[in-house]
Amino acid sequence: MRRSDRSAARKTRWLTVLIGGVLAAGALITAFPFIWMLSASVKPQRESTDFPPSVLPHEPTLEYYRMLFTELDFGRYLVNTLAVVAIGMVGLVLMAMAGYAFAKFEFRGKRWMFFLVLATMMVPIQVTMIPTYLILNQMKLTNTLIGIALPTLVGGFSIFLFRQFMSTIPTEMLEAARLDGAGEWRTFWQIVLPMSKPILAVQIVLTFIAGWNSFLWPLIIASDQKLYTLSVGLSLLNQQLAVNPSLQMAAASVMVIPILIVFVVFQRFVIQGFALSGLK
Amino acid sequence: MRNRLSPYLFVTPAMLLLVTFGVFPIFVALAVSFTNMNISAFANIRNVKFVGVDNYVTLFGDADFWQALTNTGIFAAVGVPAVVVLSLAVALLLNRSDHPFFRALRSFYFIPAITAIVAISLIWGYLYNTQFGFLNYLLSLVGVEQVQWLSDPVLAKFSVALVAVWRGTGLNIIIFLAALQGVPKDYLEAASLDGAGEWRKTFSITVPLLRFAIFFVTVTTIISWGQFFDEPFVLTDGGPLGATTSVSIFLYKEGFRMNQFGYASAGSIVLFAIIAVITLVQLRARKADDDY
Repeated sequence: MRRSDRSAARKTRWLTVLIGGVLAAGALITAFPFIWMLSASVKPQRESTDFPPSVLPHEPTLEYYRMLFTELDFGRYLVNTLAVVAIGMVGLVLMAMAGYAFAKFEFRGKRWMFFLVLATMMVPIQVTMIPTYLILNQMKLTNTLIGIALPTLVGGFSIFLFRQFMSTIPTEMLEAARLDGAGEWRTFWQIVLPMSKPILAVQIVLTFIAGWNSFLWPLIIASDQKLYTLSVGLSLLNQQLAVNPSLQMAAASVMVIPILIVFVVFQRFVIQGFALSGLK
Repeated sequence: MRNRLSPYLFVTPAMLLLVTFGVFPIFVALAVSFTNMNISAFANIRNVKFVGVDNYVTLFGDADFWQALTNTGIFAAVGVPAVVVLSLAVALLLNRSDHPFFRALRSFYFIPAITAIVAISLIWGYLYNTQFGFLNYLLSLVGVEQVQWLSDPVLAKFSVALVAVWRGTGLNIIIFLAALQGVPKDYLEAASLDGAGEWRKTFSITVPLLRFAIFFVTVTTIISWGQFFDEPFVLTDGGPLGATTSVSIFLYKEGFRMNQFGYASAGSIVLFAIIAVITLVQLRARKADDDY
């Protein structure tokens, strides 16, 4: 009996090692395109169009990164992208405020307003794309950074998450603050927001990633090259493929590396945020 | 007095934005879909004429629209099972051990889900390149001739879908891993005592307990393939010969390249209706399933 137990345990251990190996191979395949990108971005052009290709560069160069910021306008695209991300953070505060109202106040119209919040989660972007463009055009906001950020500034799901989390804040704490003479606004900034740190962290990281990566709205709204974001500038390099893959991969790296850093540092929040989207 | 007003002060800014960009556009889309609105409306709003259901009639006679619908159907038929099965399988394997090595591996699978689609498409475009792409190099090692990954109309569909599958699994792996936390350990231990093997435990206990997560992931994956846009847009621009034009790409081209706002809006309403019906049928089917 003992012996068969031990052999069974050994069998499961081997199985775990085997599965670990399979998963490691899968992880390598998943990550390979990024390794390829980084390696090609520091290859001289003739090496990156060589056949057969080499995995590692023979004469590494940072020439193409320099080119992006000197000959091309990627410095400006970077600033624009950061501006879009910053505007997104303002939206985050507005959503936190709305979540707070839904969680801690009773008011007329609350039920149907919250219904609207949930309903907007189901509307596909294809339906709102053209009307939103027409609306922004009416507001004279096409071709502005505000116009790029505005359509996605507020999302039903984030409001929902804020509401869920803020419902758990004890009402007595808010009452105590009010008795101490704190106004509603101060209560929100000094008590509600600090107590919502866990959900706030998740949402800040997700907002950053979404703003940094956003593509469709910058593409539609920005017709002036001065307002392009990194993603739009990058998509214009698409035609360059036959000519200069090194340049393209350098540009792709400029977009991907900051996100990888954010992911490594804030991995816990990213994963939590994704897992929460399973609640939807 | 101040107290009764304050909730509105908190809720109004977000609600205004949500109504302007989330609710109001639906009605605008519906209204515009019954007009001939195009770029000339910007010069003079009087150029917009009510045309009844003309746009819808034209749409259903438009071979390009049918091709886009068929393509979207093919994408979904290939992509949905691939994403669901692959992410479930990887999540089950990752969940096998709490060892730091397994935890570290998780991160690798999530990376594609958070990186910019434009960057991803460029990287894959490079891997797919016919003359100097890495994939053709791999094939050349086993003696296969150059493959036209993105310019062969049949193959291009699969090449584009592969990128979306690679990118789509990360998010769902996380959702499955979160759901796996909820599988009670004692069920599995009891099954082991009864002599059930690994395989049996996985398929008779774990997978059935993940029913809801599987359902959720399937529904959201179907919706996202119904709206499939980014990968074909950057990799092939819907080509060759419209072989990778999804409905979303068709709508984008009609709306923003041809500036046919009325026509594209009609198409978007049809897409919305199709997705809504499919989702409702699934919800209904699940309810019926729960009754047993």
